[in-house]
Amino acid sequence: MASNVMAVDRMRIQEPTWGETLHEWVTTVDHKRIGILYIALALFFLVVGGVEALIIRIQLMSAHNDFVSPQVFNRMFTMHGTTMIFFVAMPILFGFGNYLVPLMIGARDMAFPRLNAFSFWLAAISGLVLYFSFLGGSGLYAAGTAPDVGWWAYAPLTARAFSPGSSADYWTIAVLVSGFGSIGTAINLIATILSMRCQGMTLGRMPLLAWLYLTMAAMVLIAVTPLSAAQIMLLIDRYLGGHFFDTQAGGSATLWMHFFWIFGHPEVYILVIPCFAFMSEIIPVFSRKPIFGYPVMVAATVCIAFVSMSVWAHHMFTIGMSSYANSFFTITTMAVGVPTGIKIFNWLGTMWGGRIQFKTPMLFAVAFLFQFLIAGLTGIMMAASPFDWQLSLSYFVVAHFHYVIVGGILFAIFAAFYYWYPKATGRMLSERLGKIHFWLFVIGFHLTFDLMHVPGLLGMPRRIYTYEPGRGWETLNLLVSVGAVIQAVAVLVFVLNLILSYWKGARAGKDPWDAWTLEWSISSPPPAYNFAAVPAVASRRPLWDLKHPEDPDSRYE
Amino acid sequence: MHTTNIFAPVSTPAQSIVDLSILVLTVTGLIFLVVSVLLVYAIVKFRARKTDADREPAQVYGSTQIELAWTIIPVLIVVVLFTATARVIHAIQDAPKPATALEVTVVGHQFWWEYRYPALGIVTANELHVPVSDPSRPRPTFLTLMSADTDHSFWIPQLAGKTDLIPNRINRMWFDPQRTGLFLGQCAQYCGTQHGKMLQRVSVDSPEDFDAWVKAQQQAAVPDREALAGRRVFENTACINCHTVRGTVANGRFGPDLTHLMSRATIASGAAGNTPDNLRLWLQNPDAIKPGSLMPAMQLSDADLDALVRYMQSLR
Repeated sequence: MASNVMAVDRMRIQEPTWGETLHEWVTTVDHKRIGILYIALALFFLVVGGVEALIIRIQLMSAHNDFVSPQVFNRMFTMHGTTMIFFVAMPILFGFGNYLVPLMIGARDMAFPRLNAFSFWLAAISGLVLYFSFLGGSGLYAAGTAPDVGWWAYAPLTARAFSPGSSADYWTIAVLVSGFGSIGTAINLIATILSMRCQGMTLGRMPLLAWLYLTMAAMVLIAVTPLSAAQIMLLIDRYLGGHFFDTQAGGSATLWMHFFWIFGHPEVYILVIPCFAFMSEIIPVFSRKPIFGYPVMVAATVCIAFVSMSVWAHHMFTIGMSSYANSFFTITTMAVGVPTGIKIFNWLGTMWGGRIQFKTPMLFAVAFLFQFLIAGLTGIMMAASPFDWQLSLSYFVVAHFHYVIVGGILFAIFAAFYYWYPKATGRMLSERLGKIHFWLFVIGFHLTFDLMHVPGLLGMPRRIYTYEPGRGWETLNLLVSVGAVIQAVAVLVFVLNLILSYWKGARAGKDPWDAWTLEWSISSPPPAYNFAAVPAVASRRPLWDLKHPEDPDSRYE
Repeated sequence: MHTTNIFAPVSTPAQSIVDLSILVLTVTGLIFLVVSVLLVYAIVKFRARKTDADREPAQVYGSTQIELAWTIIPVLIVVVLFTATARVIHAIQDAPKPATALEVTVVGHQFWWEYRYPALGIVTANELHVPVSDPSRPRPTFLTLMSADTDHSFWIPQLAGKTDLIPNRINRMWFDPQRTGLFLGQCAQYCGTQHGKMLQRVSVDSPEDFDAWVKAQQQAAVPDREALAGRRVFENTACINCHTVRGTVANGRFGPDLTHLMSRATIASGAAGNTPDNLRLWLQNPDAIKPGSLMPAMQLSDADLDALVRYMQSLR
């Protein structure tokens, strides 16, 4: 295998110029490069969305603050939410999926490499379209403005009567186009996982990551489609005189809510299931044990996918549904907690009796477990719909879903960065900077999002650009903002680590973590063709079998 | 000090939510305790030690009994929580309306509240008055919620959970405040630029105070000679296109009814106190108080402004 790599290297007579390198990256159809492009795009937008969050937090630091106008504030929370969901979380998880899935199932690329590149460029262009609204938003007759309709863009706020100009159209088209990209990548992931596995890798021997990405991709197909349909209906309303959501002409505001949340809730699981996938790879390796209850983990994941398709209206408990509808969505929402709980217990079971090594990826993984537990429990509180009549639309909800998305998803993504960065670059990330990053982020995260629950309980609604003094909200909001600054510093340390380690990090070698899945059997970074000889596996942990021929997994499975 | 704490209920729906929330908080708190103790124990007990050398721990692949246990126990917890929740949903949502109930229609506007009392012939804005409801002689208030433009949400945390006001849809909610006083809240569903200053005040009055308030509100505006110049300004500019002053030619519906403006403690949906200075500033430049509100600046001369403020002050 190594000799093949050398041969390729020798064929290069000169180092490529910058122009050639750029051309290679722009035209690439290699799943690893597309994965890295996806991740780079997401990191760029993570910083942009983070700056928007800081503007929001500075404005809310004190009562009656006037750091920004209400118009700017409304644009900031709209852009922050849209950016973080559609242009950070989705692309970063697709990026990891693209990079890892073929490597872990012993394939040389994704099933449809060109579709893969096309999907990425759709994602990148839709992000640019969204941000072009700052220049072109209001059309010809005013300076540009970003959309200010909130990331759910509830009707009829998006009707032309309430959103004149074209800023809302930038939102619609950006979400529509990025949705096409997501559907493309989802089809690709499904085709790859179902038909490109190496010899011996039955469905039951796939790494859990592949199973979870398969589930996630199926959910994307089901959930993103209605969202795209709704965007087209909205465009018909705005430009062709349709009245789907135009309440002034008899349209339905709640119809949009249903369309949006039938996407919006599965979306949460679309984002969190890949993070479960990272956990299911990282926790076993650093506990030095196989995943506890592999078949149950698969079943729980598929169960979550099904049940999460029937919970969407728990976002709509305040819209005046009947008591039967409220009861139905209460029980489905509570029920989704069961398979999710099973997953948490299985990770605990994996750690139980292990020899846990607290390298940076594992630190983030343990924090994920703890924080995702809390996020799940506040979710159960809001599933009790009468309790939700108080909590919904308040800062309690904002704290809850940031607990899921930052405390859960982002922590898992950080764990994945520290775990797979050596594979992608051939260099280890600095453990020292990694620990600084971890502890700063943990402190900032808890300061911000633990405390943020409380103003919600004290009656503070979300999406208000300023608030009245004397309701007990001031000190809490100040501390929440301080925590946001600490998180921003932690992210800077992380970015610094990514850059410095690329040049100065210790050499990783093939298998720095003594891990068990196929991606660790080839050089770091892997050659363009991944596997010189397509591998054959006999168990879920092919590298364990190699390293322990006296006691292979294949004997027990 | 007026609180908006959801755990300080003064009305039946808010109280039953608190009762339910205590059960939910107890159960979730116990789950948290158990799981985090297990997690901390695992982290401490099973951390790698120098003495382990390079040996791998025992490779355990799973256990059906344990999996069954941590499936069935959560299912039972869900059943308990759901039944407790369903009871409260039914008790609040399907409560019958007693004959003594007061009916109020709430219309949400960008960015203020219109309150109509159809049986009493009253229209007012932003400050809702309801009678106290003595448990022995209940007199709950039933709201019919509608919207004139975008979505809004009615939320007075001490009285009840929130319910949205959605255009082309009629929603209902109720509460029976059991003590008098002023209760605060604000629009909870994002409705546009000034969502942040769409504040709410609910005054729960004793039966006598409420009856007196009703009598006063039912009167048309009383002409005041002193304010004649201001009234002329009001009726000759676009003010009357949006505002109503009963007993005059002003019958606009787009903005708040001003017939008894001076009976309210605030202007601009709670954004400022109802003082002559604030009124003048509001008439001169609404954006100074509430940027993005739909009240236009009418470009009046200083003399006209002063006269108009005097007229406003005569609307008692």
